[in-house]
Parts: sequence; structure tokens; C-alpha cells
Amino acid sequence: MNRRIFLKSGACSLVALAGPPRFLVRTAAADARGKVLVAVFQRGAVDGLSMIVPYGDPAYATARPTIALKPPKRGEGDRALDLDGFFAMHPALAPLVPLWENRSLAVVHACGSPDTTRSHFDAQDYMESGTPGVKATPDGWLARAVKTLPAKPAPFRAVALGRALPRALQGDAGAIAMQSIDRFDMRAADTTARGGFEALYARSVSDVLSGTGYQTFEAMKMLQSANASRIPPANGAEYPRGQFGEAMRQVAQLIKANVGLEVAFADTQGWDTHVGQGAEQGQLAARLREFAGALAAFAQDLGDRMADVVVLTMSEFGRTVGENGNRGTDHGHATAMLALGGAVRGGRVYGRWPGLVREQRFEDRDLAVTTDFRTLFSEVAARHLGIPSAPLFPGWKASQPPLGLFA
Amino acid sequence: MTWLALVLLTLGALTGCGAPAFGAGAAPPTGAAPADALRVAPPLAEARRILHVLNRVGFGPRPGDVERVRAVGLEAWIDRQLHPETIDDRATERALAELASIRLSIPEALREYPRPDPGLREKVQNGEMTRAEMMETYPPEKRPFRIAAELQAAKTLRAVESERQLQEVMVDFWFNHFNVFAEKGDVRWYVAAYERDVIRPNALGRFPDLVRASARHPAMLFYLDNWLSARPGFTVPVGPNKGRKAGLNENYARELMELHTLGVDGGYTQTDVTEVARAFTGWSIDRPQVEGRFVFRPRMHDTGEKVVLGHRIPAGGGQDDGERVLEILTHHPATARFIATKLVRRFVADTPPPALVARVAATYLKTEGDIRAMLRAIFSSPEFYGEDAYRAKVKKPFEFVASAVRALGATVDAQAAFGLARASAEIGEPLYQAQPPTGYPDRAEAWVTSGALLARMNFALALASGRYPRVTVDPGALVAGADPRSPDAVLDRLLAVLVAGQTSAETRAVLAAQLTNPEITRLSPDDRGPANTDVAKLAALVLGSPEFQRR
Repeated sequence: MNRRIFLKSGACSLVALAGPPRFLVRTAAADARGKVLVAVFQRGAVDGLSMIVPYGDPAYATARPTIALKPPKRGEGDRALDLDGFFAMHPALAPLVPLWENRSLAVVHACGSPDTTRSHFDAQDYMESGTPGVKATPDGWLARAVKTLPAKPAPFRAVALGRALPRALQGDAGAIAMQSIDRFDMRAADTTARGGFEALYARSVSDVLSGTGYQTFEAMKMLQSANASRIPPANGAEYPRGQFGEAMRQVAQLIKANVGLEVAFADTQGWDTHVGQGAEQGQLAARLREFAGALAAFAQDLGDRMADVVVLTMSEFGRTVGENGNRGTDHGHATAMLALGGAVRGGRVYGRWPGLVREQRFEDRDLAVTTDFRTLFSEVAARHLGIPSAPLFPGWKASQPPLGLFA
Repeated sequence: MTWLALVLLTLGALTGCGAPAFGAGAAPPTGAAPADALRVAPPLAEARRILHVLNRVGFGPRPGDVERVRAVGLEAWIDRQLHPETIDDRATERALAELASIRLSIPEALREYPRPDPGLREKVQNGEMTRAEMMETYPPEKRPFRIAAELQAAKTLRAVESERQLQEVMVDFWFNHFNVFAEKGDVRWYVAAYERDVIRPNALGRFPDLVRASARHPAMLFYLDNWLSARPGFTVPVGPNKGRKAGLNENYARELMELHTLGVDGGYTQTDVTEVARAFTGWSIDRPQVEGRFVFRPRMHDTGEKVVLGHRIPAGGGQDDGERVLEILTHHPATARFIATKLVRRFVADTPPPALVARVAATYLKTEGDIRAMLRAIFSSPEFYGEDAYRAKVKKPFEFVASAVRALGATVDAQAAFGLARASAEIGEPLYQAQPPTGYPDRAEAWVTSGALLARMNFALALASGRYPRVTVDPGALVAGADPRSPDAVLDRLLAVLVAGQTSAETRAVLAAQLTNPEITRLSPDDRGPANTDVAKLAALVLGSPEFQRR
């Protein structure tokens, strides 16, 4: 629906194709300080028990003879970093400590899906469609979120940094997927090809290809006139090298360029640590270091603007409480998710702790889910973006009170 | 009436309509064709029909293909495509020779491409060894990723070069239907054998054979976890996992019904999923990292009675339980309908015409899933040749890349194919890397995104201007015969070669307008007239145009 409105208003400006899309820039600028939700997906199922360590649970260390993190101890490095006397952060998350201390970072633990699948693709699909157990849902929950927001003629309302449009943004929301801002450009030495292609795609906005083509050229022009790719990181922020740091750097660029961004999506890969996941150091620590470094740089880069931005991290499920025979962990159930920025009441771990003793576990092996991911997602959507939960999660009725994540 | 006669009748009716412009939306022909509709078709309409068939039955025309098909006759050409074994394709086989891994058995692949030593990786993680040092001890050409990379190149090379176009289209179609993800664990070593031994030999055969072959192949057993599925309370008796507990895994059972046979609305319940999973317990992989072949493990098998979709499978059936389930599923009317729907979606339109789906489903049931017979039903249907179907499908990125290379008449070798496979990935379809069991989608909305569309235009520019390594494009040859001093003649010749002259008036006008651009048409030194036309740039515009994104 929104896409159609955008396309219709786009058709009016076809006569002035050569000029920059000024009306778009103006509309977007009027909403420049709108709220932004940045969804981060840790694909492969992050081990929530290593990310946010329940060192106070007596069953934690014994379940993981070689991969448990050493409990925090004042004045000693290379150990978990205490949060509240029961939970601690993985030491590789050290860049996030200041955000925890200034109460902009909150943790929701034992969070996950009511569906019991331990299949990556099913669980990702369910989390992104927002309908656990139902594969036929045609669109994603973030696409529905964008469609619920007031219509706005901007090509950059919803953007995924990546190759394809993630399931969460699929649907009729006009979301854009791009691998990088820099490469979102016509790579031609002269302007002939660009003008030719634009003219070829300008003739009919009713067709899906021409419509997207038109949107593409509008987006390209807007990016150029906003000079988004040239906006440097501010406040001394330094993004870690790698795909995820790059994605977050570019999300920040889009926010600072005031192009009307409302929902952004970024992936981070490599969390499926079946073998040799490590403890304070090692494979998982390296992944967490990049993850935390990118989030911390993003918050630093945006500075005061973080008041309008919430970053929500998610993963399809967690991992087994016990370590397996290969010093790794297998597919589990609940995990930990983070909410950062906006009016989030940080410095707290939310959710009921189910415990790690065998009989407290889900199917005797996994961290049980005590917070349905939809409870968290709908609270963020409602309190940060002002979206009611009903259209976001069809068929779901909250069975627990809100977490109270927002002030 | 034979199906060929029906095609002729239908085609005759179509040509009677004249040649409406692209997107004009003329109604498909209905009812009986008038007798005079059998007169010789006007060339343009015939070219349009041939283009349609080349775009659907294959990966699009190469220069001269329209004329070649006209010479042998459209029906004869389709019939030969339905019998790929009658088509000489030795040139393609020769070109594939250097991609050695696609011919290895699974044990050979496991030996030739050893898995990384976990010790080495740990050393790099801990900083005891640099990445470069690791590379030296473990060279890229011996790494397992090479198997999928060569398979990607082979697939691309075949789509571009093979004379057996329909065979390649169907291999792509069935691979997506029975998808496995090349990067999931041991599938890396199994994926080439899976396509070669399961998909390819049955691509135009019988559907039940495809289901049976995929069900027992290690690639599918690993991908959907069935190899680990066991009766409740099973404890691994021997081997490295001795003492480990295992239990039922429903992954394969669910996808078998949801995605391979009945379809999500095929009328099965959660109980059916559990029962099917019980039937398949014990279907496993023998020494996955050494042998990698199917084995039935009686000790993992749940010996009790099962009831699947109302059919009773008595206790004690052993391995036959799974075979029995496949029989039930492949004979089910829901399977016929689901497979017919997917085939019609591939060849006719994103929203399949229900009447044609019903006819193809009936063919499935009558022929026990004969794929060739179902394709015949589609290729002889008025729906297939209807105006509604013409350019109704948006090409997948892989289809787009292959069709663009073919349209330019570019010559490629195995090395070039690696780069072209990467192009498909950049546009959104990294080959053999669809993670979900649904495979890559076959609907426009999945592929039409801003980033992907820009990537298509950029690919068209790079390809036509010869910037793809080892892909040789000769723009001059494309327009040979056209007067180089007449830009209009050059454009018309180009459109004739690339899209059989089938463009809308609007596209033709936009392209013609480019001819006045000095970047496209360079003036002669005395400025008195056009001397040369930048054919490569014009060709790029055609390949990047909305029409060329469709088939």
C-alpha cells in the first residue's frame, strides 16, 4: 500500500526526471529526526550462555567443563565482566560495558521462540515472519511494521544491508536491499548509460520492474545528493573490519544523511559453534569482539542521535546448556537478545531466569524460553515506533506482561 | 488429436491476432480456431513465438537460434529438447573437462579435498599462525569449497553452452525443488554427486524416481538431518559418539511432505510428520567423512506400526517403511497438484492458470508422474502460448546472466564460468547456496529489489563492454551487415539479434533517442555524419532493459 503511494507520487515527477528528486529530500528532511529501529540478526544461533554468562547459576560451570567462562573477579582480566552479581558479559563484549553502565544497553535473557524446532532455517523463518510454526506467512514482521507506520514518500524507509531482502522485510513495504552504499551506483565511466537506463525504466510505474527501477534511480540520486557514502564516522568511532562493522557503519551513514530511514536490517554470520567454540579466547570470542565493536562504534558514531535509534539483536535459537563432545555446543532453545539506545531502560537483565539444572532445562538439555521473542519485539515496536502489536504478529496473544523495557 | 497438432492450431489462432505491443494485454485465444487460422504465420508473430519458446524451454536465444529453430520447426525443436539424449553435446562435455571435481565419487571427493585441520584454524584464531602461513600448508585448490565452486562454474557453462537447454532448465528446477545447501557440513563433499546422480538422470524422467533417489542420497540425509534421526532412547553403540543419546528428528519428514511432495496445504497433520519421521529412522549415512553412502541402520529404526495419511504400515517393516511412505506420497493427488503447480509456475506464469494445473495434475496421475508427459501437456497448452504468458516471468539472476551471455553470442570457457557464477551471486543468486529447503524462489517479487536491479544493469554494462575475464564479446559481429553509418540500421540489427526484434515501441524510442548522443554515435572526423555506433553500450542498454529481465 505504501509502496503504491510512493510510486504514484513518483509518477507525478516523471516530467522532471533530469533534476534531483527535491520533493523527496524535503519530505524526508521534515522527518529527519524520526525514530529508527535497527534489527541485527545473529545467524547460526548464538550461544547466549557465553554471550551473557549466568555465572551465578550453580549448574553453569559444571555443564561446560572446558568452555565455561571464568567468573568475574575484581582486578583480574580475561574473565567474564560482572553485570549484576549473577550475570556477566563475555570479556570480548568489553566495548559494550560503557553502554551498560550509562544504562542505554539492556539484556533480555532466556528469550526465544515457542516453536521447538532446532532447524536454523525454520527457526530463522519463524522469527522473521513473526509467526512461529507457520511457514505460509507471505511477509515479514518488519515489513508489516513499515506498512503500519504513516505513509511517507521516501525510498529509504526500510533498508537491508546485504545481498537479498531478508525474510523480515519481504512483503509490500518497498524495502531496499543493497550490499553497500558505495556500490549502490551505476558503474559507468560516462553518464550515457545511466541516462539510458533511467529512461528505459521511467516509462511505466505500474509494472514491478519499472516501479522498482524508478525507485532505484530515485534512491541513487537521493544517496548522491545526501552524499551518504562520504559521511565519516563521528565522535572518533572506529568500526571493526569485516562485514558486520561495514553494515553498521553504513546504517549510521543513512541515519545521519536524513534520508527518511525507519527500519534497517543487518546480518552477522558465524555463530554456529558446534566445534571448538572456545571460552575467554577462541572462535566465539572473535565473533563477539566484532559484534560488540560494531555496536559500540555505532552508538558512539551516532552520539545524541541514539536517543531516536534502538538496536535490537536477535538469533534463531540458543545452544545446548552442556558442551558436546567436540568442545562446542549443539542447537538449543532460548538465547539472549540485546536492546540498545532510544528510551531503553538499560543496565538491567530482563526476563525470568529458568535455571540450568537438568530438570529446569527444556527437554532436559536446553535453556528454556521464558520470554517469547514476540513479547520483546512487540514491545520495541510499540514503545519505540508506536506500532500496535496486533498486525505485527498475527494470531498471537501475549501470554506474559510487557518486560517494562522502556521508560 | 496429437499434442503437436494442438500446438499448430493454437499457434495459428495466435498469429491471427497480429502482433500486439508488449504489455498490451490482449486476451489469450479461446475456443476453437477458425479454419483459416492455419495459414502461414506472419514472420514477426512467428519470431515472437520462437523467442518465447527459446526463453522458456531454454536460457534464451543465441544469435541465429531463432532462424535455426524456424528451420527445423518449433515442434520438432521442442520434441528434441524433450529427448536430450538425442542431442549431440560433446562440445559442452569437452569444455567441462577441466572441472575435475564434478566427476568424483563421494569417497574420492572426501579424499581429494580434505577438511581443514582444526588445529590449524585454532592456531590462526589464537594468533600463533598467520592466515598466509595456514594457506601455504593448506592450498586453496585442495580446499572443500572448491567442489561447490567448480559445480557453480559447470552449471553456468552448461546453461550458456549446452545444446540440451531444457535438460539444464529442469536440472535447475529440480535442484531447487529438492534443494540442499552446499555449505551445510558434509554436504560440501556430497553436492556435486547429488546433482549428477540424483537430479540430472531423472530431470525428465519420473517424479517418483526423483523422490526415491533424493531420499537415500547422503546430501539430503545430511541436509535435513535424517541421518541422525533414531527411535526414542537410542544410544550410539560404537564409534566416536559412543554413548551419545539420539532421538527422533522430524526435519526431513516435514520437508518431504511440505516441500517435496504434498505441499504445505496437502492435508497432512503433525501426527503424520511424526509417523513419517518414525518410518525413516535408520536411513542414515555410512562413515560420512570417509565413505558417505546410504546405509540402513536397523538398531536406530523404530520397529513399531505407523499410520501415514490413513495408510497402515505394519510393525517390523524395517527399511521398507520409508519406501512405503514414498509410495503413498508420490501417488497422492495433492502431490500431483503441487508438482503441476510448480511446473506451470516455472513455464507459464507466477500465478499458474488453474485449468492448466488441473490438466497437468491429471497427466501426473495418469502417467505415474512422467515429467516428460507433464511438460508436453504444458508446451501444447493454449495457456503457454497465450498473450498473458508472454514475458510474464522475471528471470532469476542465474537465468538473466546465462541469457545475457547467450544473447551476445559470447564465447566462454570453464574459467570464464567462475566469474559469471559470481555475477549471479552479486545479483542475488549464489548457486547451490540457498540455505532454506525451499530452494530459490520462482516468483518475481523475490528478485526485483533495487540493489539487484542495479547489479543487473552493471552486469550488462560490464559484459557487453568485454570487462568479464575470458568472456569474449564481438559487438561488431553482432551487427554485421548493418550499415555502420546508419545508427538506426545498427539499432534495428542489434534488436533483431538480441531480442528477435521484439521490443515495445517505447523501448525502441528510448534506444533510438540514445543514438543522437555523441557518446553512442561518434561523428566522422569532418563532422558531416555518423561514423560509428557504440554497439557495446547500446547492447548493454538492451540487456539491462525491463524487457530483457523477463522471459
